Amino acid sequence: MTNQPLLEVKNLKKHFDIGRGQTVKAVDGITFDVYRGETFGVVGESGCGKSTAGRTLLTLYDKTDGEVRYDGEDVHAIPEKDRERFFRKMQMIFQDPYASLNPRSTVKEIIAEPMEIHGLFNNKQDRLNRVYELLEEVGLNRDHANRYPHEFSGGQRQRIGIARALALDPEFIICDEPISALDVSVQAQIVNLLERLQREKGLTYLFIAHDLSMVRHISDRIAVMYLGHIIELTDSERLYEKPLHPYTQALLSAVPIPDPKVEEERSRIILEGELPSPIDPPSGCVFRTRCPFARDVCAQEKPKWLEAEEGRYVACHLYDPKHFEMSPEELRREVQNN
Amino acid sequence: MIPINKILEIRNLHVTFSTYGGEVKAVRGVDLDLHEGETLAIVGESGCGKSVTANSIMRLIPTPAGKISNGTIRFKGMDLAKATDKQMRNIRGVDISMIFQDPMTALNPTLTIGTQLTEGVRQHQNLSKKEAEQRAVEMMNLVGIPNPHERLKQYPHQFSGGMRQRIVIAIALIGEPDLLIADEPTTALDVTIQAQILELFETIQKETNVAIILITHDLGVVAKVADRINVMYAGKIIEAGTREEIFYQPKHPYTKGLLQSIPRLDQKGEKLLPIDGTPPDLFSPPVGCPFTARCPHAMVVCEKVYPLRHQPTDSHYADCWLYDERAHTTNLNPKKEEMT
Repeated sequence: MTNQPLLEVKNLKKHFDIGRGQTVKAVDGITFDVYRGETFGVVGESGCGKSTAGRTLLTLYDKTDGEVRYDGEDVHAIPEKDRERFFRKMQMIFQDPYASLNPRSTVKEIIAEPMEIHGLFNNKQDRLNRVYELLEEVGLNRDHANRYPHEFSGGQRQRIGIARALALDPEFIICDEPISALDVSVQAQIVNLLERLQREKGLTYLFIAHDLSMVRHISDRIAVMYLGHIIELTDSERLYEKPLHPYTQALLSAVPIPDPKVEEERSRIILEGELPSPIDPPSGCVFRTRCPFARDVCAQEKPKWLEAEEGRYVACHLYDPKHFEMSPEELRREVQNN
Repeated sequence: MIPINKILEIRNLHVTFSTYGGEVKAVRGVDLDLHEGETLAIVGESGCGKSVTANSIMRLIPTPAGKISNGTIRFKGMDLAKATDKQMRNIRGVDISMIFQDPMTALNPTLTIGTQLTEGVRQHQNLSKKEAEQRAVEMMNLVGIPNPHERLKQYPHQFSGGMRQRIVIAIALIGEPDLLIADEPTTALDVTIQAQILELFETIQKETNVAIILITHDLGVVAKVADRINVMYAGKIIEAGTREEIFYQPKHPYTKGLLQSIPRLDQKGEKLLPIDGTPPDLFSPPVGCPFTARCPHAMVVCEKVYPLRHQPTDSHYADCWLYDERAHTTNLNPKKEEMT
């Protein structure tokens, strides 16, 4: 990891106007850096804004506020006609391998299209050779080039989507739930493929997912999102060993582990209630309506982005000595005893 | 396991669907037993026949395309495979209930929750409107919906996904069924909501002693709630056993492969071991073991003849040639065998 981040996101906001003067605050001020060669995981439940964040980074949505810098350059400031050169470096793999491939194009056409748009490999034979090369890189073969998407299984289609993303030889790939539509035995195939491609090509990934076990497996660092905010950010080992934010604690404890003995001994933090509406999010800390530790201050003030330990960030008043004299551990014991 | 009353016995179930491309053999000889008050999980990947098996019990196979071409489904002394439509109407919602994956589409958007909850009991148990509403309130309390009296008057769109799934469960249980079939009941829900619903299943089972067939692809969910597990692949149950047997002594290479291909939240990332390839085409399923093409230990016989049943304990079996005593040259990794 070098010190210069490849992607810098500062206070990024994306609000959607839904009429009648209401806005959905899908992403409401997120800040993080992604370094070259790492896999940065973004996790959260449906509606937390993780996919919107991914799309806004890639300028598929215009931002509402904040800044996204790729290699030092403000990507939203690039005029639309010049964005092509930016897309050559940054590509995306989508969740649904059924909807993201044009059913009327052959695999060859799908993979060659980005090269055509960007004017690469202009000789017909060169381009075809490049398609063959890409197919082999993702574990398919050249016989597949003339077939149509419907002739492939979900896992194979996702491989085609990956080949298309690789066609321009990008540096950075946003993977938006790339495996959640696939069967478990096939998920592992795709994850291993992504890991191999990263090693071979030095790719940087932003990996968006709701499957916490898979995110732990693939990510170096992880941001946990809740209702448009990043509430915790740290390296994946420390996050899973000792989550700090009460939401992260509940989220991790809710994931069932495929081991009956472990399951029987685990204690679960069952969150009360459901996700509040992003149209009218709670004041102060967005998680306070479901938080077992919530106090008055949580409704009054937005928690600061604190560095609780080196390289570990959390947005929670519990870790702000100004508001809580008790340590989070003491507080937890007290809440459990009551 | 303590011998208790068997409430469901499926033998040699075959279900086929006619399509333009030919006949799909979706379920190919399933045997299944279920006892009072237990939770049986049917696990497998998409297209393995787990939902078709469940739908056959409820006789929800769409006709004329689909049909139960062979086999018996014994429930309370009746063969459901041959029951008339009228008999089935008296069974559905009363003796057997089913809940589906998607709580968004399982409810009628034009009727109040109260109407949908009481519809069944009013018809089948001849309850008055008042009595039925009383039952509905009890059910809402059981599944943990606050303010039941007011919420009965509301419509599905006024509830969140997790709440709708609770309502679907309440509707399924209001007729006091002996058997509840849950087809991927938490797949569409977020993990924190899934945890709430799984707790609810445990509470319900304790209070009503209902037997549950849980259909899922999520082995974590299975580890939490199942008593016994049937693993399905290409229309057959290839391994069955208690939860402990399947997780700690899996025998079939497919079961082992499934367990190895999933990452665990509580363990540091080692390389995942995927199962290569994809399941076979069920238009013309292989005559031998359907897993042969993807099996790292496949022998010549596997392709030609369906395996004999290997039965290490009374509750555990696997259809696999590797355990046949004539298969002395197996290349089963001994280290892995010791581990399991």
